[in-house]
Amino acid sequence: MARPGPVRGPSIPADPRWYQIGSLALLLAWGLGRLGFDVGAPQVAVTVGTALAVQLLGTTLARLPRFDPKSALISSLSLCLLLRTNALAIAALGAAIAVGSKFLVRVRGKHLFNPTTLALALLYLADLAWISPGQWGSAALLAFLVACLGGLVVFRSSRSDVTLAFLLAWSGLLAARALRLGDPASIPLHQVESGSLLLFAFFMISDPKTTPDSRAGRVVFGALVAAGAYAVQFLLFRTNGLVLSLVALSPLVPLLDLLLPGPRYAWPTKGAPDEAPRPAVAPPPDPAAHPPLPA
Amino acid sequence: MRDGDRTVLTMASDFKGEPKEFALVVPVPTFLERGQIHVGDPAVIDHLDAYSAPRLVEYFDPDPCHPPVMMDRMAAPSAAGAAKAERAKALGVTVEASYTVGEYDILILSAKESSGLETWLRENGYRIPPGASQVLGSYLKQGMRFFVAKVNLGEQARLGFSMLRPLQVAYETPKFMLPIRLGTVNAAGPQELLIYALTRRGRVETTNYRTVKLPSELEVPLYVKDVFGDFYKALFDTAVRKEGMRTVFLEYAWNMSWCDPCAADPLSREELRKLGVFWLDDGGAPAVTGGVRPAPLPPRGGAVNVMLTRLHVRYDRDRFPEDLVFQETADSSNFQGRYVLRHPFTGDVGCEAARGYRDQVRRGQEQQAQNLARLTGWPIDGIRKRMKLDEPSGVTGEKKWWQKLWE
Repeated sequence: MARPGPVRGPSIPADPRWYQIGSLALLLAWGLGRLGFDVGAPQVAVTVGTALAVQLLGTTLARLPRFDPKSALISSLSLCLLLRTNALAIAALGAAIAVGSKFLVRVRGKHLFNPTTLALALLYLADLAWISPGQWGSAALLAFLVACLGGLVVFRSSRSDVTLAFLLAWSGLLAARALRLGDPASIPLHQVESGSLLLFAFFMISDPKTTPDSRAGRVVFGALVAAGAYAVQFLLFRTNGLVLSLVALSPLVPLLDLLLPGPRYAWPTKGAPDEAPRPAVAPPPDPAAHPPLPA
Repeated sequence: MRDGDRTVLTMASDFKGEPKEFALVVPVPTFLERGQIHVGDPAVIDHLDAYSAPRLVEYFDPDPCHPPVMMDRMAAPSAAGAAKAERAKALGVTVEASYTVGEYDILILSAKESSGLETWLRENGYRIPPGASQVLGSYLKQGMRFFVAKVNLGEQARLGFSMLRPLQVAYETPKFMLPIRLGTVNAAGPQELLIYALTRRGRVETTNYRTVKLPSELEVPLYVKDVFGDFYKALFDTAVRKEGMRTVFLEYAWNMSWCDPCAADPLSREELRKLGVFWLDDGGAPAVTGGVRPAPLPPRGGAVNVMLTRLHVRYDRDRFPEDLVFQETADSSNFQGRYVLRHPFTGDVGCEAARGYRDQVRRGQEQQAQNLARLTGWPIDGIRKRMKLDEPSGVTGEKKWWQKLWE
């Protein structure tokens, strides 16, 4: 059943972002329906609407060939899952920061920050909103669900190495801490049985556009983010170490790309196979491929 | 109370045994000077409990059925002799300070090894559960000290207090947590904890466990007014069961300057200060409109930037392996556990509209019965019986289809 439309491929959409959007929407439905997230329909509408509007504006100003809502949908759904505020204006601001940063904060033709993470960190540090790391609880079933859905996304966007490196480093640090303190295994297990952690590992740090280009670079980056988060949480005793660490360390990505160069990632769009991106598919690091916003 | 890194921890327990058997062992993140320790006023805690307890919309005396238990406690079998300094030294335990505050004898301990500390505590009459050594060791390696207290019977008799007053400690630390692990080492069954947090800006929640709101704003049968204590207890039991005893419950989050409805008056500035709220006097004193208002603040009186969060948790070692870690959120919206009693109109009911109204009342009452059954797990038949809903009544009962034919 071939369609005339050039954007969508065959019956199975090849772009992993469609899976990501589906997964995030499912998680949001779970959170709202079962876990009683404090997010109303107006906040969801405002967040998604603002993100799409800013994407449209950015598309026009940056003279991109066409309007693509996928990335903005992912950012806004993630914000609905994570950002907590009582003011719709703050929700809109979060969406605007997230999507706007993709167009404005670019280095070597790549945006620097994972959009959602940047918006979360800025609003949290400015004390305008909060993040509830405990909101998912530690129900094993949910953890499983998140892992599977996220795994699917990562597998299809072939960036599981950064997720794995991060998770291994993080679990290793927690296990080492428990060993040092003589704590029972139930404590580090409880710490990794967290929905927020899995969401972060599978949906945020794995963003192929803001992770290093080479596999070695990604492994180093994943481990660094874990170490940074550990420092925030267990040395400074502050919350939301994961998000803060990812934002603080993102400026290292261009450096890692210089030291450990690799092929630039491009989202497969027309029914491309799901394997790792081949250099033939990935465009060269040419600013014209991702024209930045004219200054 | 928590503001920035400043913390005032008030520990009130429901200890009901002999005062000489009372013993408290609490890990604290810093050394404490004499002036950082205080014996508080139990009436303030009772007031806090009454003010924040779940309530009916009618003005009503809620049964504070769960007395506040804010810390782990351990009973000691009998007073052992005072530890000799040499013995402590041999065990690697350092008595960093020793104070008598009010009716309490207090020691600040640090130790090189948990086994030495455990032995020292045992020898000095603190009944430490088997297996506590591991937990003590974990706290020691996290750089924490131990605050241990016993009742000084002589001082207690001299001061004339028959009940144990809450102990308060003030310190500064980035760690915003409550140590619960000592209390769960070998406790028989789950423990219960009420946490009242006084903050400047927003609600407090746990970051390593889910914080969920207690079911609220539902209509319940009128007779709940007579059994409110049992109702709240059953409601909490049911909520805990539904969440698999894995969550912390939010029962109240409200700005301290008012309440609606008020289960008790808001706390006065004096009472808040006693609990550690230090910011009311310094700097920008909140504007008080309409002249000087004496304490206690009237409801809806001058605004105070104090947010009260009341958290209620039932926990055991399996489901709460880690200490509770908190964060203050930017959420200043109000929440309370609140249940609605709706009195139906009982005057003359002769008109045509009254018939529809009676049906509506009847349906409402059925809904109330179902709400109550769902909230408390009480059998629906018993509820209906008590509400007299099961009795066929010509007035309020639904008419059979044929009764409407030849009216």
